[in-house]
Amino acid sequence: MAAEESYPEDVKYHHEHDWMRVDGDTATVGITWYAQDALGEIVHFEPPEEGASVAAGESYGEVESVKAVSDLISPLSGEVAEVNKAVVEEPEKVNEDPYGEGWLIRIRLSDPSEADGLLDAAAYRKLLEEQ
Amino acid sequence: MKLIFEKSQKGRRAGTLPAHGVQVPEIPEELRRREPPRLPELAEPEIVRHFTALADRTFGVDTGFYPLGSCTMKHNPRVNERVVALPGFRDLHPLQEEDAAQGALELMWRLQEILAEVCGLDAVSLQPAAGSQGELTGLMLMRAYFADRGEAEKRTTVITADTAHGTNPASVTMAGFQLQKVETDARGNLDLDDLRAKVNEETAGLMLTNPSTLGLFDEHIEEVAEIFHEAGALLYYDGANLNAVCGISRPGDMGFDIVHINLHKTFSQPHGGGGPGGGPVVVRGILEPFLPVPAVVREDDGFRLDYDRPKSIGKVRGFTGPFGVFVRSYAFIRAYGPALRRMSEVAVLNANYLLARLKGPYDLPFERLCMHEFVLSARNLKRDHGVTALDVAKRLMDYGFHPPTIYFPLIVPEALMIEPTETEPKETLDAFCDAMLRIAEEAASDPKILKDAPHNRPVRRLDEVKAAKRGIVKYGFEQHPNLSGQRSEGAAVEAQKGA
Amino acid sequence: MGYLSLTDADQEAMLAEIGVASIDELFHDIPAAVRFNRELNLEPALSEPDLVAHLEELAGRNVDTGRELSFLGAGIYDHYVPAIVDAILARGEFLTAYTPYQPEMSQGILQAIFEYQTVICELTGMDVSNASGYDGTTVAADACFVAKHVTGRSRVVLAETLNPQVRQVVKTYAPGFGLEVVEVPHHGGVTDPDELRQAAKDAACVIFQQPNFFGCLEPAPDLAAAANDAEALAVAHVDPVSLGVLEAPGRYGCSIAIGEGQGAGNYQSYGGPHYGFIAARSDFIRRMPGRIVGETTDVAGERGYVLTLQTREQHIRREKATSNITTNQTLLALAGLAHLSWLGPQGLRELGETCMGLAEYAKERLGLPLLFPEQTTFKEFAVRVGRPAQEAIRAARDQGVHPGYALKRDYAGMEDALLVCVTEKRSPADIDRLAEALK
Repeated sequence: MAAEESYPEDVKYHHEHDWMRVDGDTATVGITWYAQDALGEIVHFEPPEEGASVAAGESYGEVESVKAVSDLISPLSGEVAEVNKAVVEEPEKVNEDPYGEGWLIRIRLSDPSEADGLLDAAAYRKLLEEQ
Repeated sequence: MKLIFEKSQKGRRAGTLPAHGVQVPEIPEELRRREPPRLPELAEPEIVRHFTALADRTFGVDTGFYPLGSCTMKHNPRVNERVVALPGFRDLHPLQEEDAAQGALELMWRLQEILAEVCGLDAVSLQPAAGSQGELTGLMLMRAYFADRGEAEKRTTVITADTAHGTNPASVTMAGFQLQKVETDARGNLDLDDLRAKVNEETAGLMLTNPSTLGLFDEHIEEVAEIFHEAGALLYYDGANLNAVCGISRPGDMGFDIVHINLHKTFSQPHGGGGPGGGPVVVRGILEPFLPVPAVVREDDGFRLDYDRPKSIGKVRGFTGPFGVFVRSYAFIRAYGPALRRMSEVAVLNANYLLARLKGPYDLPFERLCMHEFVLSARNLKRDHGVTALDVAKRLMDYGFHPPTIYFPLIVPEALMIEPTETEPKETLDAFCDAMLRIAEEAASDPKILKDAPHNRPVRRLDEVKAAKRGIVKYGFEQHPNLSGQRSEGAAVEAQKGA
Repeated sequence: MGYLSLTDADQEAMLAEIGVASIDELFHDIPAAVRFNRELNLEPALSEPDLVAHLEELAGRNVDTGRELSFLGAGIYDHYVPAIVDAILARGEFLTAYTPYQPEMSQGILQAIFEYQTVICELTGMDVSNASGYDGTTVAADACFVAKHVTGRSRVVLAETLNPQVRQVVKTYAPGFGLEVVEVPHHGGVTDPDELRQAAKDAACVIFQQPNFFGCLEPAPDLAAAANDAEALAVAHVDPVSLGVLEAPGRYGCSIAIGEGQGAGNYQSYGGPHYGFIAARSDFIRRMPGRIVGETTDVAGERGYVLTLQTREQHIRREKATSNITTNQTLLALAGLAHLSWLGPQGLRELGETCMGLAEYAKERLGLPLLFPEQTTFKEFAVRVGRPAQEAIRAARDQGVHPGYALKRDYAGMEDALLVCVTEKRSPADIDRLAEALK
C-alpha cells in the first residue's frame, strides 16, 4: 500500500529529494514521498557498507524500481552508522512509509552544522511546486 | 504452458549417437561429473510440439506488422536462409587454410567494399558481433588513434546526444572514456551553443546517430563536424538509423570518421528473437591501421587474412566475425544493387505517411518531416484521459500489431517511436493508422479497455515488480513433482518461490 | 524489387497525404552539401536464381568439412547438429522476432530463454545465467568486468592454456576497463595450482579452461581453490559438450562459468554467428551483463515470463550499466536448447564418452609422440608430427584429410605440434585414414 503524500515538519530536506532527521550527532536519512512516487514501487536497495564515510551532496547508494535507478544523495557528511536491513529485505517499505519504517541509513555526523543549509518542509514544498 | 522440464519423463530420449565401439578412458575421480545435469528427457515428437507451441506464442515480422522504432523490423528474404545453409558456408571451419576458404574470404571482401561505398569511407572490419560491440570497437579505435599521436592522456571525454541509445554511454564507460552529454534544441538538432561550450582539447570525439533517435536528420551536421575536427577530435556515426539514408547521404560525406553498421537492421539479418546481429566498423583511412585483426585483404592471387597489423587494437571477437550474418547481408544487398537507394526512399516515405495520418490525435513534439522513423507523444492522452503510452501499446496488440518502441528517447514524455520500414504495403500502414486513431478515440470513450489490454494474447499484463523482486531466473527442480501434469500451474509457480 | 510492395498509385496517394510533390522533398532537411548525388557504385541487382547461383559459386570455392575429412577443432567443433534444430530455427516466429520488450507478444521466446537459462545453470552448476553473449571470447571479457566491480581489484589472471583468441579479446577490452592482464604459463600442458595462487594475489579473477586449449584436463578444483585462496573470482571456461562427463564448475568452487556454445547446436559457419554463455553464483546476479528472463504472473494469476532486473542494463543505467550489450544471441542459444533437449542427460554423457573414446583411439592409432603424454584429454590432443606442422597439414590435405590445427601459431616452441580434434562424427575408419595421411 503506497503512502499518502506528506512532507513532515520534523525533518529537513535536500533538493535531490532526500530527507534527514537529526538526533544529536546522528541523523536518519531516507527519500521523500515525492521521490518514491516518481520511482514507483521500489524493488531493490543497494546500501553502503556500515562504517563507510559519506559526504554531503554525494551518492551513498541506490534504489531501483523496475524501470529506473536513482542515486541516493546524502544531505550531510559523516560515517554510516547503520543500514536499515529491513528495507534491504523488503524495499517496498520505502513506498509504504517513506519517513518511518522506510528510512535507509543512519549517519554519525562529522559536522552537524551542515544541517543549517538544508530546506524545511515549506521550502521543499515550494521547490516541488516550481518543478 | 508447461516448461519443457515439466514435460520431461525419466528414461525418455530423442537423440541417437553412432556406436563406434571405442573404449572410454578413465576420468580422474575429482574431475568426473557426479550428478548428471537435469536436461529435459523427451522423445522427438514432444520436443517438436513443445517448440512449435513456443513459436505459436511468439510474434515475428512473419506474423505481422512490427513497427518497433530504432529496430528496423523489415522483411527477411528467405533466399538468404537458403544460401547461408549451403554446406560451403555452413560447414566451413574458421581455421581452414586460406586457399580452401577463398569463396568465404571473397564474400567478406566484397561486403567490405560495398559497406565502404555506402558509408563513403575507406576501410572496414567486419569482426564486431553486434551494433553495441561495433560502438565499443569504434571507441577503442579512437583511443588507439590518440595514443598513437601521444594524446591518450589528454583526450578523455566523449560526447553523446541526450537522445542517444543507452548503449552509447555504456560503451563510453567500457572504453574508458568520460561521458559528456549535449542537449537537443527545439528543432530536434544538436544544440550548437551547448556543443561549442563542451568541445575542447580534452574531447576525443562525438558519438551521434543521424538521423537521430527522433527520426530527424541533423540540419547542422556540417557545423557539428567542423566543431569537432577543429578541436582535433573524431566523429563516430552510430549506424542504427542507416536505413534512412543509403544512397542518399553518406556518413563519410557528413564528416564522420568511424561508422558502425547494424547488419541486422539495415541489411536484413533476421533478428532471431534478440540476435544474432553484426556490427562492422567502417573508417577513414587514417584509422585503418588500428582496425581489429585479422583483416581480409585482396592480393594478386586471391584473398587472405592479414594478422600483421602492429597498431591494431587486437581482437574483439573470435575469428573474423559472425560470418553467417555476412552471407545474408551480402545476398540482401546484391538483390538490390544500386537500387539500395530505393530501399531508403520507401522507408522514409512509409514513415512520413504514418506521421501525416497520426499527428493531431497524438502529439508531435517536433513539427518536421521525419526520416525512416518518428516519435509521437501520448502526453495529450495522459493529460486528458489518464491513458499512457504503455496503454496504447498494449491495446495495439488487440488489433493484431506489435507495439512501437515506447518511452524512448528519454527526452520525449510518453514517447511512441514508430518505424514501419520499407517492406510494408500501404494496406498494412492504413490498417495500423486506423487502429491507432481508433485507440485515440477509445482513450476518451472507454479508457478502461486500454487499461485492461491486451485481451487476446496468451497472457494478460505481466507483473514486472514481482519478477524483479522474486528473481526466479531458472526452473526450480526441487519443488517440481516427478509426474508432471497432475498439478495446477499456479501451484507450481508458488512452489518455486525462492528457487 | 520483390521486397517492396508499393505501387505507383500507392506512392502518389501517400505523397498527397503527406503534402509533398516528390520523394526528394522528403529529404529536404539534409543539407545539400552532404547529399549523395550519384548512383551507388554497386554491381547490378541479381534475380533470385542468379543470386543463388552466385553464392553457390562462392560457397563452392570453400572446402567444408563435408568435402575434406576434418580433424580441426581449437574452439569450433564439427559436432552433429540434429535435424530438429534446423526445423525449429526455420520457424518464422523465432527467426523474425526481436528482443521481447513486449512480453505479451513474445511469451514463446521468453519461455525458451528461461529454459535455456535453466539448462546452462544445470550444465555449469550455477544459479543464474543470462540470455547468452556474443561468443566464447566476449563472455570472458564480461566476466572480467563483473570481477572488477565485485572485487574492486584491477588485475586479471589468465591461464596460458586458455584459448588464445579468448586471451586476445580480454587483452583488447582490458585497457578500457582499467585492467591489467597477467598470464600464467603451463607445465606439461596444464596449469600449476601453486603458481596460479601466487599470480592470483590481489587479482580480480582467474580464468582457466576445462578441458583446456590443448584438450588436457586441468586440475580444475585445485585451480579454483587457488583463486579462492587469494579471494579472486574463479572463472572456468568450459565446453558444454564435456559437461555430461566432467564436473560442473559450480561444484568445485567457481564463481562464474563461461564458454563457447557453438558445439551445442550450432554449425561451424566459418566462425559465427554462435553464442557464448555466462553463468554465475546468485551473489552476482545484479552484476550480470545482458538480458535475463524471469518468471512472474499476469493480472489473472497466470504464469508468464518477462525481461527482468533490467536496471542493470544500458537502456536504463546507461553509462553505469553492467555492460553495453543490447542484443544477445537468442536464435543460436535456442539451437543450443534444442540440441541439449534432443540429447538429454544420457545422450550428453554418451556424447562426451564417445568423443573421449575416439580421441583415445586416435592417439593410439596415430602412433605419434604426444606433446603432453601425462595428461588425460577430452576430445582434442596435441601430437608432434616430426616436421613443421604446416607441412604435415599440406601433405594430409593432398589426401583429402585436414589433420588439425598448427599450435605454433599461438605457442612458441611448438613448430611441429598439431592439435587433433575428434568428434562423434568421425569414425574409427576415418581415424585410420588420418593415420595414413600423417605418415
